[in-house]
Parts: sequence; structure tokens; C-alpha cells
Amino acid sequence: MNLADTLPVVWFFIIGFAVIMYVLLDGFVLGIGILTPFADDERQRDLMMNTAAPIWDGNETWLVLGGAGLMAAFPRAYAIVLSSLYLPVLLMLIALIFRGVAFEFRFKAERSRWLWGLAFNAGSMFAAFAQGVILGAIVEGMPLKGGKYLDGAFAWFSPFSMLTGVAVVFGYALLGATWIVLKTDGRLQRIAFDLTRPLMLGVIAFMLLVSAWLPFLDPELKRRWFTWPNFLYLSPVPVLTALNAVLLWRAVLAGRELAPFVLALCFFGLGFLGLVAGIWPNIVPPSLSIWEAAAARSSQMFVLVGASFMIPAVLGYTFYSYRVFRGKVAAEAGYH
Amino acid sequence: MSDAEFLSRLQFGFVISFHILFPAFTIGIAWWLAFLEALWLRRREDHIRDLYFFWLRIFAVSFGMGVVSGIVMSFQFGTNWSQFSIAAGNVIGPLLDYEVLTAFFLEATFLGVMLFGWRRVSHRTHFLATCAVALGTLISTFWIISANSWMQTPAGYELRDGVFYPVDWAAVIFNPSFLYRLPHMVLGAFLTTATVVAGIAGTYLLRDFHVEKAKLMLRCALGFIAITAPLQIFVGDMHGLEVREYQPAKLAAIEARWETERGVPLTLFAIPDESAETNRYALDVPRVGSVILTHAWDGEVKGLKDFPPDARPPVKPVFFAFRLMVGIGFAMLVQALAGLVLWWRGRVFSSRWYLRLCACMTPAGFLAVLCGWYTAEIGRQPWVVYGQMRTADAFSGVALGSVATSLVAFVCVYAIVFGFGIWYLVKLLRAGPVAAPPRGGTEQTPARPLSAADGRSERPGASP
Repeated sequence: MNLADTLPVVWFFIIGFAVIMYVLLDGFVLGIGILTPFADDERQRDLMMNTAAPIWDGNETWLVLGGAGLMAAFPRAYAIVLSSLYLPVLLMLIALIFRGVAFEFRFKAERSRWLWGLAFNAGSMFAAFAQGVILGAIVEGMPLKGGKYLDGAFAWFSPFSMLTGVAVVFGYALLGATWIVLKTDGRLQRIAFDLTRPLMLGVIAFMLLVSAWLPFLDPELKRRWFTWPNFLYLSPVPVLTALNAVLLWRAVLAGRELAPFVLALCFFGLGFLGLVAGIWPNIVPPSLSIWEAAAARSSQMFVLVGASFMIPAVLGYTFYSYRVFRGKVAAEAGYH
Repeated sequence: MSDAEFLSRLQFGFVISFHILFPAFTIGIAWWLAFLEALWLRRREDHIRDLYFFWLRIFAVSFGMGVVSGIVMSFQFGTNWSQFSIAAGNVIGPLLDYEVLTAFFLEATFLGVMLFGWRRVSHRTHFLATCAVALGTLISTFWIISANSWMQTPAGYELRDGVFYPVDWAAVIFNPSFLYRLPHMVLGAFLTTATVVAGIAGTYLLRDFHVEKAKLMLRCALGFIAITAPLQIFVGDMHGLEVREYQPAKLAAIEARWETERGVPLTLFAIPDESAETNRYALDVPRVGSVILTHAWDGEVKGLKDFPPDARPPVKPVFFAFRLMVGIGFAMLVQALAGLVLWWRGRVFSSRWYLRLCACMTPAGFLAVLCGWYTAEIGRQPWVVYGQMRTADAFSGVALGSVATSLVAFVCVYAIVFGFGIWYLVKLLRAGPVAAPPRGGTEQTPARPLSAADGRSERPGASP
């Protein structure tokens, strides 16, 4: 393989890495937001938000990296996906605005405190749903005519994308619940523990549904999963996912604190991998391949140099900040 | 121009105007915070620490609004201007990606340490976190101004089949206007913060509120404006020479010059009439135009008639926005000079007229930054990449209903968010820099002695 063939592959994995980092890291923060209605009172909601307050902003930045990385490495894919999914992207952005400012505003507000609690909850829920819809619509495929997607403003609307939308809400909620288990104690931790099992059942059900549906979306997808030797290469994904589910279930039953969060991250990551594995080697299924959508070689090369230094550095100081804020969150942890 | 394209332009103008207010403010506050924390580390006086946390709260609210409105920006190129992304993504994409990699993560991560880490890290590490955020704001400015400058004065590329291919990255990044526009924006942001600090100090002094802290704020702000305002005027003048060379149509619109002439006057005021291609009610100062724009008594300035009507920017908004910006710049210079004279005579804290002037100038920097950007961006029209790609060709072709929906949604949401944001800032300002160090972590000593801070080893990975 020469450079022109390899670079787009490298970039496919870098962007995939950014997206999965986003989905996992902001996933649990959005999950906290989805679960705030289950708290007993405002004090518990303060605690829930404070478990993520020092790190949410960095987590959300992975989304911006995914967006900017896509623009730099696959400008055509960036342009087609975002302009075709205009309305779900709009919903996601508006929801993220409310979720984001709620972190600041809720602690400054007095009379309007409930309003920003609601903004945090609804913002997280809609952001998760919109991301699931976007994911589902991409996996389902966007047929292009003359390099443009012309199926209208609502072409993303389908039973499958609605299903993935709801599935992501459940998935994020599971991540959020296990994070709260890790970062709190007492009554709030109990609430989170109790939420974990029904959420797990929900996520498993959605995973089965999506997996059963996936082969029927596209014959090419079916061929990819069910022909020899592909089946052999891909079979670890469902097997590991099933194993992961069992381990997670047992960790929750045993009342462990760290294991459920780590296992939930793996569980969600594997599910995501299984869903996205079908895309390869396209970046906009069913027909725009990573080589067709690739930016100029000089562009991909230029950013690759920076990314290979900066991504390890970012991971390093992200790890540092999680270390600084490790341990159970105290009742008076806010700076406000 | 289709309706959907028009609404997309309106939407981009709206969301970016809203967004730029926050970086314009937070770049300066981040450095102001680094300055305050350094001062506190040296002097260990409680009122300096209180000031630090007071401005930190203001910073957090502004930064939060900047972050969420910035995320919208990073998707707009794809949603509404996808043809621009396809054509220029090879060039603009990498610059934005570098901004995320080198600046956004740095700011976002260390902001958390800054806001919540006071009791969890040593004072020195906390100061480093503040510096990391401050540095991040400048790195971010570097890349975004580079990207925007490339759209103003594209360089280092070749155009094949309507797609820009980079051939020389140094030429792309350090394109002809970049090294003028970068200091211009940074100084503009610093001036915005400094006039806000001076304005709030003035308001407090007028009301006998937190007098000692207000005096410190006013002294710092005045000193800073006195250095940066003249520097900004100098940089702006140099920038003008560059615009004359590389964007003559923009310069002609800024000055409302219709004919190409030598020894042109400076038009202080006029109502440019685009259909008649002339100025009405013009107030001209002979020759001064050439002196300022070309630094020569007889210098030639190109007129708008040299460009076909479909290659001219809208004249009125560019002409007026530029004049307002320059007017505010000189008002800041007067504010600084008057302040220095009063300071020298020992009357700066008691001259109520002067404190009132400072209070009135509080929003001046924001207005100047907006006007500057309107001059730059409207002046670039009808091009999205100056001289190479028209804005009309950059549009996505999204359905009218979709764009109308998003525009209405952004206007409503920003009205709510901005309204509440301003209200919470006003509440913080009313409370003032009260002695309330933040809660955080488990350690209970509010201010540990220097030796203890020094003795505490830094955690691994602390370097920004």
C-alpha cells in the first residue's frame, strides 16, 4: 500500500477514535443529565452535576475534534453528512447549548434554578437522542446522486434511526448510572445502583434489536457480516459483548464501584464498534469510500504530524485532570 | 440570491456575532486572571485572591457561553456552507483541527482545574492551570485568525477543478494579512477586557463599593489601556496598508472612494449612495486620506468604480462600521491619557466625571470588536475566499424550511441564553468581589503559606 492509500485509513481510525472517546466520555455526562429526574431532591442533583462539572468541558471537546478532524481529513464527507442531517444536527447543537450553560447557570440561579435543572435534563436527553439518530442515519446509508444527497430534509427519519436514537439514550443513561455509582455514596449511590439493572436490560434489548435489524438494511452489510471468513474476524465483537454483559451484571450484583463503570464503557464501546464496523471502507455509506472522500494528501499529512504529538499530550493531561478530581464527590464540591 | 442562501448568511452573521463577544472578552480575562494570581502568589494579600475569584466566576459564565456558541460554529461550515467545505476543506480543515488539538483541549481541561481544583492542587499548580488556559486562548486565536486571514488573503495553494489544494503550509498559515490581523485581534480582546475592568472599577468607586479592590482594578486597567490603545492604533494603521495592497475593493468601501485618485481626501462622514456611485453630505479633509492610507502625500487609492458592481462589497455597513471602530479606538486612547494625567495629579479615584466616563466605556470594546469584524467580513464580500470563490457558490443548497427553522431556533435560544447569562453576570457584579474563596475538595485551610505550597510536589502530567 502506498501513502495515498494508507493515509485515509489512518485518518478513518483517528476520527473513529475521537468519536468513540466522545461517545464514551460525554456519554456518561449526558447520562447523568438523563438520570437527574430520579434524584430525590435538588441537593442530590447538585451532587450529580458536580461529579462531572470539572471535566465535562474537556469531554465535549472530543466532539469538536471529530467535527474538525472530519473536515480536515474527509471534507466531502463532512459537507455531505452535516448538510443532509441538518435538522438532527440542529437539534443536537441546541440541546448541547442548554446542557452546557446549565452547568454554569444552575448554580448562579435562585428562582430559575428549576428551569436550568430542566434544561440540563432535556438538553442531555435530546442531545443523546439526536446523536443516536445521526448515527443510525449514517449506518443506514445516504445514497448520493452526483455527489450530493438529495433525498430532502427528512430523509434521515426512519424506524431504524428512531430506534438507534432511543438506544443511545439508554446506553448513555447506563454509562451515567455507573459513573454515579463510582463517584458518590450513600443514598444517591443506592439510587444509581438500582437504576443500573433495568438500564442494562434495556440496553441489551436495544442491542439485540439493532443487531437483528442491521443485516436487513443493506445486502452489502449482510454479506459483510455473514460470509466466511469475515464472520470469523467479526465474531469476537458479539461474543465479547455477551461476555461483557455477564461480567457487568455480576459486578453490579456484587455491589462493586469501579468495575461497573469500566465494564459499561467497554460494553457501550463494543456495541458502537459492532454498529460502525459495517461502514468500512465507506465514510458515507453506501457508496462514498474513505479514499474518494479523502482530503488532499498534503492536508492529511500536515494534520497527522500535529495529531501524533497532540493526541497523546491531550490524553496525558486529561488523565491528570481525572486524577486531580478522583474519589467520591463531596457535598460542597462546587466552586460556586 | 435564493431565500435559503440569504437566511443562511443571516444565520451565520448572527451566530458568529454572538459568539465573538465571548472570546473577545475571555482572551483578556484569562490573562488578567493569570496576572492577578501571579500578583497574589507574590504578595499573598487576601483582597487580591478575592479579586481573582470574583473575575474567575465572571470568566466561567462567559467562557461557558463561548464554548456552547463555538460548537455551533464548528458545524456551520458543514450544515450551511458545505460547498465551501468541499472546496476549501483541504486548507481550512487542518487549521481548525490544529486549533482543537492545540488549544480547545488545553483550555477545557485546565479550566476544570482552575474552577474546581483550588483545594486539590498546590497554589503553584493552580497558577500553572490558569496560565495554561490563558495560553490556550492565544493559541486558539492564532489558528482561527490564520484560517480567517487565509479567506481574506489566500496564499500557498493551487486551484484545480474548483478545489483548493495546499502547496505550501507556511504560506497558507502566514498568509499576507495574518501577521497584521493576529495582533489586531489580540489587542482588541485585551482592550475589551481592560475597558470592562476599568468600567466596573469606576462604577464601584462611584458607589463607594469595594473601594480598595476597585482602586487596584482601575490602576491595572488604566495602565494596560495606556499601553495597548496606542499600540492598537499603530497596528490598525499597518493593517490598513496591507488591505490597500491585497483587498483594494474592501479599502475603497471602507473609505467610500468611488474614483481612483491621487491625493485623496479623508472622508470623516458621508452617506454613501451605491446606486448613484457617489457620497452625499460628505465631510472631507483634503489630502489626509492619502497620507493615512498610503503614508504618502500623493498616494493613489483605488476607487470602487474600478471594480464591476458584482465584485464590490456593500459600502454603507463597511463604511460606518469602520468609522465606529476607529472612533472607539481613539476614545480609548483619550480615556487612557486623561486617566494618566489625573493619576499623576493624584485625582483619578476622586474625579467623578472621569469615573463616569470609565463606566460609560464598559461595553465599548465589544462594540469595537463587532464593528471591526463587520468591516472585515462584509468588506470581503461578495467573496468567501477573496477573489477566488463567491459566497453564493459556498451555500449548501439546504431547503428553505430547514434554514428558516434553524434561524428562528438560534435566535430564540441565544436570546434566552444571552438574557440569562447577562442577568447572572449582573448579579455577580452587584455582589462584587466578596471574601469567599471557593469550596472544593476536602482540605480546609483556605490559604496555605508559601513554604507549604513549595514543598508540595506537582502531580505527574501537570505540564500544560
